[in-house]
Amino acid sequence: MMKHVNKKPGKQEPRWQTKISGGNFVDKFHAYRNLHAHALFSSLGRLVASRFSSAMTIVVLAIAISLASGFYILVANLQQLAGNLEASNQISLFLKDDISEARANKFAGIIRQNPDIQDVKLITKEQALAEFQSYSGFGEAVKALEKNPLPIVIQVLPKNSFENEQALEVLLDDFKRSAEVDFAQMDMQWVKRLQSIMEVARRGVILLSLLLGAGVLFITANTIRLELHNRRDEVVIAKLVGATNGFIHRPFLYSGFWIGFFSGVAAWFIVTIIMLILKQPIEKLSGLYDDAFHVLFFGFTETLALLFISSVLGVVGSWIVLHFQLRQLKPE
Amino acid sequence: MLKFDNVSMRYPGAGDVLRNVSFHLQRGEMAFLTGHSGAGKSTLLKLIAVIERCSRGQVLLDGQDLNQAKDRQVPFIRRKVGLIFQDYKLLQDRTVFDNVALPLVIAGYGHHEVSRRVRASLDKVGLLGKERKYPAVLSGGEQQRVGIARAVVNKPPMILADEPTGNLDPELSAEIMHLFEQFQQVGVTLLIASHDISLIAQMNHRILKLDHGQLVAS
Repeated sequence: MMKHVNKKPGKQEPRWQTKISGGNFVDKFHAYRNLHAHALFSSLGRLVASRFSSAMTIVVLAIAISLASGFYILVANLQQLAGNLEASNQISLFLKDDISEARANKFAGIIRQNPDIQDVKLITKEQALAEFQSYSGFGEAVKALEKNPLPIVIQVLPKNSFENEQALEVLLDDFKRSAEVDFAQMDMQWVKRLQSIMEVARRGVILLSLLLGAGVLFITANTIRLELHNRRDEVVIAKLVGATNGFIHRPFLYSGFWIGFFSGVAAWFIVTIIMLILKQPIEKLSGLYDDAFHVLFFGFTETLALLFISSVLGVVGSWIVLHFQLRQLKPE
Repeated sequence: MLKFDNVSMRYPGAGDVLRNVSFHLQRGEMAFLTGHSGAGKSTLLKLIAVIERCSRGQVLLDGQDLNQAKDRQVPFIRRKVGLIFQDYKLLQDRTVFDNVALPLVIAGYGHHEVSRRVRASLDKVGLLGKERKYPAVLSGGEQQRVGIARAVVNKPPMILADEPTGNLDPELSAEIMHLFEQFQQVGVTLLIASHDISLIAQMNHRILKLDHGQLVAS
């Protein structure tokens, strides 16, 4: 019995020896790290060695990536613009002519208690007239009037979170039904348009990114496929002397990583240069609108995300090819 | 060490390449595999290196049923088998050292261990001092010895050679065979496919003869 128990591990020993033999643990860890470092730099070396074709691939990928990320930056800039235009959510309530200032104040107080309302501002007939005189250019004409024709106006600013246009519409209808209100208006059309434009743009960015991302994936895959084809002998020999798929995959995955990474870097420069070219006229335009708008460039996080996503696409693209093509690469 | 048990191999559209082949190689045994072209020598070797799997029967290497081996186990089986080819299969853009080191690098050996073993292996085949050379500048005999150094550097218990002397003149061939006998003396099991009948006849080893996929002499 004892003999039988002792025999079993002894029998398996040679198998283990061939599997994990060679040096102590530290030595093996260094070897593993060196394998990765070697794959990392040798794949970079091969990329440099085939400068022309690598450059062509990277430029194509960079253009694809810069289209997606450039569109993203464009939408980010538009959103900034939309952010500055939140005041157009403002609702103006023109009160009936027979409402006294005291009653108007009371009414404004009630509105102020509504938790959805951010700000309420009451404009008296006199204030309205003064404002009209100074801004409209009809100052003299207004003076000629016997009676102030302007109504009391309450300007209501709904909370920022009030983006849902249906909720805005309900609020507006509520005001319209109030006894004090003669006429309530909001530049609803403008809000609607902006919201739908932003929605289209947002979805456009997502769709375009998906499409171009798929393009990047397949271009990388094709590049790696060519490299795999060129290094066929090496792969076959490595397989014959006992290389695992992981060992064979590694240098190609690193090649994919480098291609993706450099394409991301190139795309970053392309978009940044385009934004720099556009910066001057945009800032000039912005100056005409009280500096309401500044050109946004890639931030730190966005730069990291750009490089990360393009690197991942490169790695995934090569992985797809390796997964499907290596099985067909049988040693003879 | 190696056991074929009623092994048949059928390629679709080509019929049976091997038919009911059975033999047993003891640990430390050296045997020649011979037969006409197309007799199934290469196929038999491919079954041992798990490049192909047999249609029927059982191939046991070191007690392991190769037909049952999962794909991810195959690399570890191959590390137990040193392969030597007629066309050497060396990487032309790598030095002799790097070629021989490949199995060790794959198996995850550290730098010092790799260096030590590659040197020992090259010493064994008489190529010490040529580590920095590229295969293209070596003679055919030297290239084959690089191939042999690569096959034994990992100290596999089994060596398979497919026409290792096919491209070499008789003198070099005898040298290579002598080298194989030295490996046998340290306990390695060898199976050498060759149709060089006169060379095989000179050596006193077991001969497995295949004829149209059947083992006719053992």
